[in-house]
Amino acid sequence: MLSCRQFINSESIVLPPTSASEFVADALTCVRQDRCLFERLSFALNRGEILQIEGPNGAGKSSLLRILAGFLHADQGDLYWQQQLVAQVQYEFLDNLLFIGHKAGVNPHLSALENVHFWLKLHENNNTTDVFELLGRLGLVGLEDIPVSQLSAGQQRKVALARLWLTSARLWILDEPFTAIDKKGVSGLQKRFAQHLDNGGMIILTTHQDLTQHFDSLQRVRLEYQF
Amino acid sequence: MMSYSSVFIATLKRDLNLALRQRVDVINPLFFYVLVIILFPIGIGPEPNLLQRIAPGVIWVAALLATLLGVEKLFKEDYLDGTLEQLILSPAPLPVVVLAKIAAHWCISGLPIILISPLLAAFLNINQSGLMAVILSLLIATPLLSIIAAIGAALTVGLQKGGVLISLLVLPLNIPILIFATSAVDTAIAGYAYSGQLALLGAMLVVALILGPFAVSASLRVSVS
Repeated sequence: MLSCRQFINSESIVLPPTSASEFVADALTCVRQDRCLFERLSFALNRGEILQIEGPNGAGKSSLLRILAGFLHADQGDLYWQQQLVAQVQYEFLDNLLFIGHKAGVNPHLSALENVHFWLKLHENNNTTDVFELLGRLGLVGLEDIPVSQLSAGQQRKVALARLWLTSARLWILDEPFTAIDKKGVSGLQKRFAQHLDNGGMIILTTHQDLTQHFDSLQRVRLEYQF
Repeated sequence: MMSYSSVFIATLKRDLNLALRQRVDVINPLFFYVLVIILFPIGIGPEPNLLQRIAPGVIWVAALLATLLGVEKLFKEDYLDGTLEQLILSPAPLPVVVLAKIAAHWCISGLPIILISPLLAAFLNINQSGLMAVILSLLIATPLLSIIAAIGAALTVGLQKGGVLISLLVLPLNIPILIFATSAVDTAIAGYAYSGQLALLGAMLVVALILGPFAVSASLRVSVS
């Protein structure tokens, strides 16, 4: 195990894990390619709270999100969902998790509608929202049934982000959700975030842009690039 | 609880739909299979007894290589565009999704091979009972080939150029299949009962159907992390 310095900016708010919180990361440490990305990182997230992870490129933001979603194993530390180890409540956790990474999970040969419908099927989602109407609202009018590869980068991203309006998951983990999205889209997304938080949801996201909307419950964790 | 069949059908439909939009993937293995088998009689010469003698081996080696041809793409696209992450994170059980993807791969690569085999059997002078054995052995063993190839594809999905590695990983596992399948066809051409070989292939298929999807799922989880 490599030794590494304490990295967390003292100004950032890092709450100690409280047992009553919905989602808790306890003393996470991640070492990638002989470089310590972060050490003993802890935070707790309650219903209605949003956590923004900041830091320069290469600081380990995406790695942290992938650890939280369960793709990567932290070298040390544990994750708790409703006071139980995530590994022990895998099904409940996955049922309540929505992860959108920087690879959006949208097949370029399928249309926007087909992509969204397949995602709904996988999640056995009985949402009655009209997907056609939803895609229209997101600014994809008339583009619902042409292959996604023919859409612009921002439009492709919107197809992936349409899941935010369909999911029943409580915890959202979003890696750079605003990339390539226009101003109107960004404010629409933030409105959706606020709505989700009001309904008792939780959001963890990375973004280089500042959130333009004010969130009362915003916490920030700052990762520093270190050698 | 999730309904397994609806997840299975949705994935199968999606993959077949994708295959229809990229028809080259469907045509390639079939084309390869047909070409190899047509070229053999031309290269060796029109000697009926010799052709009949080598026919089981030619048909089976060609079928085996044809199944390997398209398998690299089985999970590659999903890995590159992030769909694989979504599949792993969805509450739908990954082995069911994987089984559906393998079934789709078989429909694209295995089924056309079986359908065209009666025609190719004529080229190689395989008699009536031999033809029956060719079709039955392909019917049982091509799904088996697809499952084993999927394990190799899942292990190498994160690599830039995994194609050669898949062949190296998968071919040794395919050798028992090759031995029993060609033996079945050989025996059938000679006019004896070949149900023993088919039963062995069937047993292998059952084991692969039960364990294969779990092995593929585990490999995919490793590849994504």
